Amino acid sequence: MNPFTVLDGLVAPLDRANVDTDAIIPKQFLKSIKRSGFGPNAFDEWRYLDVGQPGQDNSKRPLNPDFVLNQPRYQGAQILLTRDNFGCGSSREHAPWALEDYGFRVLIGPSFADIFFNNSFKNGLLPIQLGAEEVDELFRQCAAYEGYRLKVDLAAQTITRPDGKVIAFDIDAFRKECLLNGWDDIGLTLRHADKIRAFEAQRRAEHPYYFA
Amino acid sequence: MEAQTLYEKLWSSHVVHQEADGTALIYIDRHLVHEVTSPQAFEGLKLAGRKPWRVSSIVATADHNTPTDHWEQGIQDPVSRQQVETLDANIREVGSLAYFPFKDERQGIVHVIGPENGATLPGMTVVCGDSHTSTHGAFGCLAHGIGTSEVEHVLATQCLLQKKSKTLLIKVDGELGRGVTAKDIVLAIIGRIGTAGGTGYAMEFGGSAIRALSMEGRMTICNMAIEAGARAGMVGVDETTIAYLKGKPFAPTGEHWDKAVAYWRTLKSDEGARFDKVVELDAAAIQPQVTWGTSPEMVVTVNDRVPDPAQQADPVRREGMERALKYMGLEANTPMTDIRVDQVFIGSCTNSRIEDLREAAAVAKGRRKADNVRRVLVVPGSGLVKRQAEAEGLHEVFLAAGFEWREPGCSMCLAMNADRLEPGERCASTSNRNFEGRQGAGGRTHLVSPAMAAAAAVAGHFVDVRTLG
Repeated sequence: MNPFTVLDGLVAPLDRANVDTDAIIPKQFLKSIKRSGFGPNAFDEWRYLDVGQPGQDNSKRPLNPDFVLNQPRYQGAQILLTRDNFGCGSSREHAPWALEDYGFRVLIGPSFADIFFNNSFKNGLLPIQLGAEEVDELFRQCAAYEGYRLKVDLAAQTITRPDGKVIAFDIDAFRKECLLNGWDDIGLTLRHADKIRAFEAQRRAEHPYYFA
Repeated sequence: MEAQTLYEKLWSSHVVHQEADGTALIYIDRHLVHEVTSPQAFEGLKLAGRKPWRVSSIVATADHNTPTDHWEQGIQDPVSRQQVETLDANIREVGSLAYFPFKDERQGIVHVIGPENGATLPGMTVVCGDSHTSTHGAFGCLAHGIGTSEVEHVLATQCLLQKKSKTLLIKVDGELGRGVTAKDIVLAIIGRIGTAGGTGYAMEFGGSAIRALSMEGRMTICNMAIEAGARAGMVGVDETTIAYLKGKPFAPTGEHWDKAVAYWRTLKSDEGARFDKVVELDAAAIQPQVTWGTSPEMVVTVNDRVPDPAQQADPVRREGMERALKYMGLEANTPMTDIRVDQVFIGSCTNSRIEDLREAAAVAKGRRKADNVRRVLVVPGSGLVKRQAEAEGLHEVFLAAGFEWREPGCSMCLAMNADRLEPGERCASTSNRNFEGRQGAGGRTHLVSPAMAAAAAVAGHFVDVRTLG
């Protein structure tokens, strides 16, 4: 996983609640056995006017001019503003893979669905939860100023707005450490292999029927 | 000792290690695997030179991509076929407790085959790279969906990194009315608390109406805990749970059975246990439910009208409603019973078990699919469900009604195989998600119970199943 430290990035708004993972990456693209290449199909049904299929040349497909991420001013955005319950629905990790492959590194919203939230951290994608009013203000500023950027500093746990205001955010200490260092969870967990083995041996003795 | 909730009991009995910020390593007893979310995990494991920790925890099947007809032709879509063959190869290489591949007589939807084979047992932690893993909580398990990185993590370490959730009790007391089912209960719950109402919580379902449900009804309810935002849903163990498990292929026997049952009987929330939040519903007040929009929380009773966004004060919600109505091709204030359907889907990990099929067949019996309904798909949850249904003659009831009787799989719940809606088509579906495009690009989904789906199929529009007689 790529480490995440500081990002000064262009911001794009996705002003709707309950954006589900089916919308982030439709099911036909889940047939892939790879974990890369999903970016061109992120938000496929909103982004294009035709129905996408795996293996297509996406650069030749008709874009939906009404979809916000297709506007010229948001090209190259690395920070996405979201509304409540972003990432709800299916557990498909293809959703954070698609967002990351599209170019996003940070998501900012009032709430995220649990599984999606968890999956994001595993892929160097930082979801930041802020109060609804803070998020409203970011949506307003983003709409008002073309080229609107935010600076996200993970170590300091701050977002700095162009007007100089600094917004603090919360993150679990363990997740923060993993993301800052780009650590592989599995490697970390295997440091406790002896503890896992001991736990397993005791569980097997107490509840042998779980180990049939 | 202080009174504990079921979740607290399950949590504390699986903590292997805990970090200073509360992040814990939780031991995983059962790992269910399917073809869509596992290939990248197996590949990652191999690239890192790691071996699976305990293959006897793995139960695998192919379900999302498999066709539901013409099995003799195999899987026609080459991309789907490659994914299913990749699972075959991975399981062949690493091993498993059980594998039910495409065409196996016990193949089926992963959340149907686990319980029916006794691979899901009370007191277990159960994970699967699928959000509807919450289904297994019906057995007094801690069961939740995980992403592919976590699938790889569980394969490699038999553990999952987790933080303890808050606890939410949904208490449903009283008696359900005639024609009202577990599906209506869970849709009513989601309508009440919203699709983010359970975010951050482990949700327990209790109260006399839940106790009165069969295991299959409890699975339907826990299945949709994720639609209320909760990763895990659960029901305490009682005699219904134990009776269901006795004699199942992977359930313990003899001395182990007695020992297990003695432990399982402790797997319920203690009298006086404190929950972070409690929501109460009156079962007698619940009516047959139908969703009208593109989120499961957009739900009303069949005798209501399509809600009017003009009545909604919150601008984000109002805009969401307007967008949903536009996508669904509906006008505000239309009676739900005026809405005509093009397709009907009876199946999915929510509602494809034998009791669901009996419920649908009871409505279909002696009736015919309405002419305006293009297709009615009945897709059993597994090969065993299919066999049981055929032994009871349910397939003949469906066929006589003009419904199609298919092979098991996920089918049109998510439309990864050939079963899907055409753009603009409207469907009464017993599945769990009415998201835009879920059942096919441009398709319009209304979630209902199996009885209500069958009723819509014969009437050609939504109808209160209780009025059919």
